[in-house]
Amino acid sequence: MTAAADGGRLPAAYLAAGSSSFTEFLLDHAPGVLPSGRRLPAGASIEAPHGTTIVTLTYAGGVLIAGDRRATMGNLIANREMEKVFAADEFSAVGIAGTAGLAIELVRLFQVELEHYEKIEGTLMSLEGKANRLASMIRGNLGMAMQGLSVVPLFAGFDLEAQRGRIFSYDVTGGCYEEHDHHSVGSGSLFARGALKKLYRRESAPEVALRVAVEALWDAADDDSATGGPDVGRRIWPTVALIDADGVRFATDEQVAAVVEALIADRRGNPGGVP
Amino acid sequence: MSQMPFYVSPEQLMKDRADFARKGIARGRSVIVLTCAAGIAFIAENHSRTLHKVSEIYDRIGFAAVGKYNEFENLRVAGVRYADLRGYSYDRSDVTARGLANAYAQTLGTVFTQESKPYEVEIVVAEVGADPEGDQIYRLTYDGSVADERGCVAMGGAAEAIEEGLSAAWSPSTSLAAAIQLAVGLLGKDRSGAGADRDLGADQLEVALLDRSRPRRTFRRISGPALTRLLGGETASEDGSPRDDEAGAHPGDSPRQAASNPQTQRPHGED
Repeated sequence: MTAAADGGRLPAAYLAAGSSSFTEFLLDHAPGVLPSGRRLPAGASIEAPHGTTIVTLTYAGGVLIAGDRRATMGNLIANREMEKVFAADEFSAVGIAGTAGLAIELVRLFQVELEHYEKIEGTLMSLEGKANRLASMIRGNLGMAMQGLSVVPLFAGFDLEAQRGRIFSYDVTGGCYEEHDHHSVGSGSLFARGALKKLYRRESAPEVALRVAVEALWDAADDDSATGGPDVGRRIWPTVALIDADGVRFATDEQVAAVVEALIADRRGNPGGVP
Repeated sequence: MSQMPFYVSPEQLMKDRADFARKGIARGRSVIVLTCAAGIAFIAENHSRTLHKVSEIYDRIGFAAVGKYNEFENLRVAGVRYADLRGYSYDRSDVTARGLANAYAQTLGTVFTQESKPYEVEIVVAEVGADPEGDQIYRLTYDGSVADERGCVAMGGAAEAIEEGLSAAWSPSTSLAAAIQLAVGLLGKDRSGAGADRDLGADQLEVALLDRSRPRRTFRRISGPALTRLLGGETASEDGSPRDDEAGAHPGDSPRQAASNPQTQRPHGED
């Protein structure tokens, strides 16, 4: 696939002056490996695991993005510990809802795309640049989305120019919209958004934001069967990425477990969680 | 137009091409690549901040070149494309310096014999291992020949004289600071016998390290205050590992660890 063509020599496409985009290089050289190059037969539809709820909110000096761990296929739980929040590069992370297989492939491509640009250009891509690259990848998946295999990501990153966390949401056609303060996507997003709206405070500490994110996911799981709540028995906790001037880091299991246990204690006999 | 000669012997043709390429390479400033305790260090005399002679190819693979900028830049971009496509199609661990060096060798060899002008470049592809014995350094010349070097390489104008100096003073357990000081001393040495040795400062140097201790992407540039500190002879600073915040864009450990599968991006607890 790679260097086989001209007797081991690098194919001409590698040496051609061109863009610093990995996707565009693949489009010219190896379109078969791109997700956008694939088509389902007309009228066909298949059932595949779906990822569910992602929430994101800003805090003082950064932005947080969190996701539950469940993937469902119809009425079945396809996977109870799937990761749906990924570091895209040093200063941004992406959470995915929709068809899990396609979404994870898309994230892989997105990660390579950002790293490729960084290596070729010798500099980091701007946050808007990253958001737009992701939008064009979603757009490339439109054909699949129309047959039921849609991917809807949520993108959060730290803007090194503006020195603050920013959130971008998408629709299936690749529309990219900047969100302020907080946002949520996926099947449980309706309930998560309600919770975020009531609990969100501007410029709060990261620990407070972590608690708000876990509360929102809990409320989503409470009313949406496709969203998985924290699994205390199996010790499966939501994935939480915090992005600030130091880069992306994931909250450890211990940190999230402590927040979840406090939340359960507060909601015992008080399911709405309001004091 | 003058007439083309009827016959040129292949020996003469190859020799002319080799002489042409060698001349082009010898004009440039030198680059030194050497193994040290902290990883593989790249030290180049380069007065430009942005036109790099040393760059990152992949997680554990670095690239250094001398000669014509547009030609080796072309090869560098091809190498990044090769590595990224391979890592994307297979896995990050399947991208090796050996594979890349072979692809470069084939490319340089074909250009040397078939194109109207050979590439006036000499390049090094290096892959850092878990310890100095595991390091791989491949040196490729304009005609596509590959040499598997042990420990240290110099390319460019004064390559031979520098290599003599390196082989006298270098050992695999050299610290980063000592390695940089050794290389900078050799780069600044006056070879003509006429002038005094030059004292190269941080702004005339391009220094980078493939850092053995980092997970995933190991390449980092060392510049500014961190480099000045290393040049200043602060050998005591624990093998010189300058902190990331001084070295540039990579504060803290990367959250993206060993594998390329997003599902295995972070180590899990024992749950």
